[in-house]
Amino acid sequence: MKEGLNIIVCVKQVPDPEGPPSAFEVDSESKKVIPKGIPPVMSPFDENALEAALRIKDEAACKVTVLSMGKRLAKPVLRKSLAVGADELILLEDNSFEGLDPYWTAITLSSAIKRIGTYDLVLTGRQASDWNAAQVGPGISEILKIPSVTLARKVELREDGVIVERVLPNGYEVIKAPIPSLVTVSNELGDLRYAGIKEIKAVQNKPITTLCASDLKVDLSQTDQIKLLKLYPPVWDRKCNFIEGQDAQEIGVALALKLRVDKVV
Amino acid sequence: MDEYRGVLVFCEVEENIAPITLELLQVGRKLADDLGVELLTVVLGSDIKRIADELVYFGPDKVYVIDDPLLKSYNGDACTTVLERLCEALNPDIILFGQTSVGRDLAPRLSFRLKTRLTTDCIDLSIDQDTKLLLQTKPVYGGNALAVYVCEVKPQIVTVRSKTMSPIAYDENRKGEVIEFDTEIDELIIRTTVIEKVKEEATGIKLEDADIIVSGGRGIGGPDGFEQIEELSKLLGGAVGASRPPCDLGWAPSTHQVGLTGKIVTPNLYIAVGISGASQHLAGMSESKRIVAINKDSKANIFKVAHYGVVGDYKDILPAFIKKLGELK
Repeated sequence: MKEGLNIIVCVKQVPDPEGPPSAFEVDSESKKVIPKGIPPVMSPFDENALEAALRIKDEAACKVTVLSMGKRLAKPVLRKSLAVGADELILLEDNSFEGLDPYWTAITLSSAIKRIGTYDLVLTGRQASDWNAAQVGPGISEILKIPSVTLARKVELREDGVIVERVLPNGYEVIKAPIPSLVTVSNELGDLRYAGIKEIKAVQNKPITTLCASDLKVDLSQTDQIKLLKLYPPVWDRKCNFIEGQDAQEIGVALALKLRVDKVV
Repeated sequence: MDEYRGVLVFCEVEENIAPITLELLQVGRKLADDLGVELLTVVLGSDIKRIADELVYFGPDKVYVIDDPLLKSYNGDACTTVLERLCEALNPDIILFGQTSVGRDLAPRLSFRLKTRLTTDCIDLSIDQDTKLLLQTKPVYGGNALAVYVCEVKPQIVTVRSKTMSPIAYDENRKGEVIEFDTEIDELIIRTTVIEKVKEEATGIKLEDADIIVSGGRGIGGPDGFEQIEELSKLLGGAVGASRPPCDLGWAPSTHQVGLTGKIVTPNLYIAVGISGASQHLAGMSESKRIVAINKDSKANIFKVAHYGVVGDYKDILPAFIKKLGELK
């Protein structure tokens, strides 16, 4: 592995997707999902992307910079990236970043990446758990005009390029990409390592860089090309038909017969 | 004003026309008819004349073929560039991709190249009768909400979740035109190379392709319980799935995970055994055509999406269920 490389990881803050359905209140009026009693967390696939960067750093000294963007960010949530081993945290915070579509998000992040200047690898999660857009990563690669590989389960940085194992439905493919490239990471790569109390304390006062829209020279005055017309909770028109019987034997048989009548088995 | 016309379906080829393509052609045909425009499809590859000729019987008015040895296997750089050129020549109003490993790679890149917008993972598409724009419905927040988008720049590009649309039927009376789209691919634009493809010996059928899935959750109690799940899925000719806890605990391989951070599936029959129904799991299976839930807890969330429910211990229920199914075969 090559030493001294620069890796940038883009992470998004989201309401904890492991929360129960009751934790996601859908406000159709404001077209927003209001989290109830669940904490903000790093989006799971972005955690996988950060883990990919840290595994590269385990092998060869390199610098990992974490970028996150939003209207108001929860610093403790994102500081976790420093506690697990990232070297620098840059927050892009601006009122105009609220509700930006993936197109403008990719433009803003690309602008921040250009401002950082030197990078050999850019990592993102394959999608965020909130709006599930799954396109900011490839979008950044198009804007920066660098190659991209999606759905990684393993990422290796070598002297002459990036080697990626890309998940396929029936296995995986090994892809070689030049430096710099962008890679989106999937859950198969593995969970983000834990940060101990000691590590969390150690980074508590580590400085964080904060940038706003004007620092990035992005014009976000007209960003409504794609409109959210409606947002509503799913209506399950399924009245669950509970199968009953004297005992488990009878229930098992009744269930089999039901499915046969419905012609699904 | 109306410079963008037609509905373009991106055709995926496995060995033959991929199932998702037939689903896209079905919804594409409907959208094109609603708009009174042509349904177009494009197929990329090497030596694909046979596929192109066959596509005609699945509904498109025109089949565009881009046949080049460099397109033999999927490459994002080459495919994005040739599609960009095709779109500049045709100016389609709507482009449909599958939410597949190819579609997830290609659709975002093409949409940024064309400076338009993309909605991924749609489960419903229709035309707004007033604006003639595409209404794009997709689950967000792990399926806890549904969002309807409309895009005011053209072309309107979407990816569609597998098995949410019914496939179009083969009809040998259909007529369509096969057109070769000539375009030179400069090898230099191809920056990434596939070194090797590794097939992983998955036991049985792929989750995404399975008509029937039997999944186990934390309520299974341990790796041994998955033997019963496997027996049932084998009997039904289906695939084995799992919710997140069994994968985290090592009872099932992570490739079996169904949910937001796993595979999103829509089989004809989904049997959830010992699964409580966390929203992250529901996000991966709630669009299944028929859902059966077996759980000890009558208040489990999974029953909210289930068509049939059984309250009880799966260890008692499954043997009788499996025996009866065997007799019915």
